[in-house]
Amino acid sequence: MLLAFPLALFTAALLSDIAYARSYHVQWANFASWLIAGGVLTGIPVLLWALVGVFRRADPGWTAGIYFAVVLAMWVAGFINALVHSRDAWGAMPQGLYLSVITALLAVIAAWMGYSRPWSRLVP
Amino acid sequence: MQRGADPRLPPPRNSLLPEMTIPRPASWGSDLPTVPSGFTIQAIATDLMVPRQTLVLPNGDILVAEGRGASAPPLRVKDIIAGFIKGFGRSPVESGNRLTLLRDADGDGTYEVRTVFAENLNAPYGLAMIGSTLYVANQDALVRFDYVEGQTSASGPPVKVTDLPSAINHHWTKALTASADGRFLYVGIGSNSNITERGMEAEVDRAVVWQVDAQTGARRDYATGLRNPTALAIEPGTGELWAVVNERDEIGPNLVPDYLTSVREGGFYGWPYSYWGSHVDPRVQPQDPERVASAIQPAYALGAHVAALGLSFSTSAMGAQFAEGAFVGEHGSWNRRIPSGYKVTFVPFRDGRPSGEAIDIVTGFLNSQGNARGRPVGVTVDPRGALIIADDLSNTVWRLTPAQAAPRAERDSSQ
Repeated sequence: MLLAFPLALFTAALLSDIAYARSYHVQWANFASWLIAGGVLTGIPVLLWALVGVFRRADPGWTAGIYFAVVLAMWVAGFINALVHSRDAWGAMPQGLYLSVITALLAVIAAWMGYSRPWSRLVP
Repeated sequence: MQRGADPRLPPPRNSLLPEMTIPRPASWGSDLPTVPSGFTIQAIATDLMVPRQTLVLPNGDILVAEGRGASAPPLRVKDIIAGFIKGFGRSPVESGNRLTLLRDADGDGTYEVRTVFAENLNAPYGLAMIGSTLYVANQDALVRFDYVEGQTSASGPPVKVTDLPSAINHHWTKALTASADGRFLYVGIGSNSNITERGMEAEVDRAVVWQVDAQTGARRDYATGLRNPTALAIEPGTGELWAVVNERDEIGPNLVPDYLTSVREGGFYGWPYSYWGSHVDPRVQPQDPERVASAIQPAYALGAHVAALGLSFSTSAMGAQFAEGAFVGEHGSWNRRIPSGYKVTFVPFRDGRPSGEAIDIVTGFLNSQGNARGRPVGVTVDPRGALIIADDLSNTVWRLTPAQAAPRAERDSSQ
């Protein structure tokens, strides 16, 4: 369930960035900056739980390990993206857009893993 | 440091975190600011409530505008964090919203009379006088008082001349000066953002100098594209309008130099599309190549992030070396690892144009630990031979005098 927050927030941030890139309306960049900040914040418990999973699992460790690696990569990309989005106006672009694509993609992969077997028990 | 008429500008630089150094407030103790030999400096008023700009009245009294404008609402996480950090470098004293009058009746250099000339103003900043009318630029309106020589308090509440743009007020200060012929007032109005991050809609009537008819209050754009024109003054030889302007942040420690420039009627000075003439700022989209091509290159770079907030032209009473030129108050940087500014400089002029290197004239605002004992804002030349400096961190008004200048009373009687 917790993963739903970063998934929704990071993908919404990507849509906002696309809207900014197409319209130059800076409000979209502001939306994106808050959505990314929310994704990073709500991503912390997801990251911690994935880490717990690595040590807790009785069955082969690689499933939990891959899931943790993907969540960690998503979170780090999201954090860097939050810093890039703190730049003023178009200064956040185009790196911000690229990072939003990467972050959203990693969130989707994490969700696909987390909400399907054999990983589903890793997602609180 | 990028100073002078032709500064070398590095390419713009993006970083993940903006460079920030906020010198923490420190006490002067028994120390004084450092001045050149042959000059003395003393505090003529302390415990003020955020003094910003000063005006020397015809009888030698000094008016001090005290106040702090409303902060623009934070828009992003970054604004909240940056606002919190910058707060460490500010005076905790609350906004005075008033004008204080200082008087040295016997001309001994001690301002023994201190009264509140006017209160309940709204972050007053720019001050100017035309004839017997005193004009005050609040953060939201230009107002006037009738003034009678010798008054120590205003005879009534101010009358509004015209409203000034005040929505959001990211840069809230409203600079003010009167034209040489007394027909017009010039009002400096800063941009509503660093570099359009609040949207172009927020920039209507922003980053401009207005010309206001003193009689009717009618106004028009006199010049545009001046990001934050924080002080205006008339060059006495030519009668031309000059300004100090604070340029944009967050593209590197050596970009973009704040500058001193003459302000041409109808001139466009680049903001937001370009800086220092036609150097395009890629953070602004969509761009406007036509306007960039028309952007005027400023006259004199003061250095990046120095935060020039004071401007006053000199007179011969300041001594031969400083007779012709402009004093500039530099509040000091935040967007730079090694602080810049935190001093008063002098830009020598000849024939109404800057000529030669700027000279640091009042320093020592940063102590040896890198903490700030004071931060200069407005500077005003007293024609009797003194420079009045407002310091909004130590809440002091300083008076710099050439040591050889005759005491004021004698000078007045000899004229």
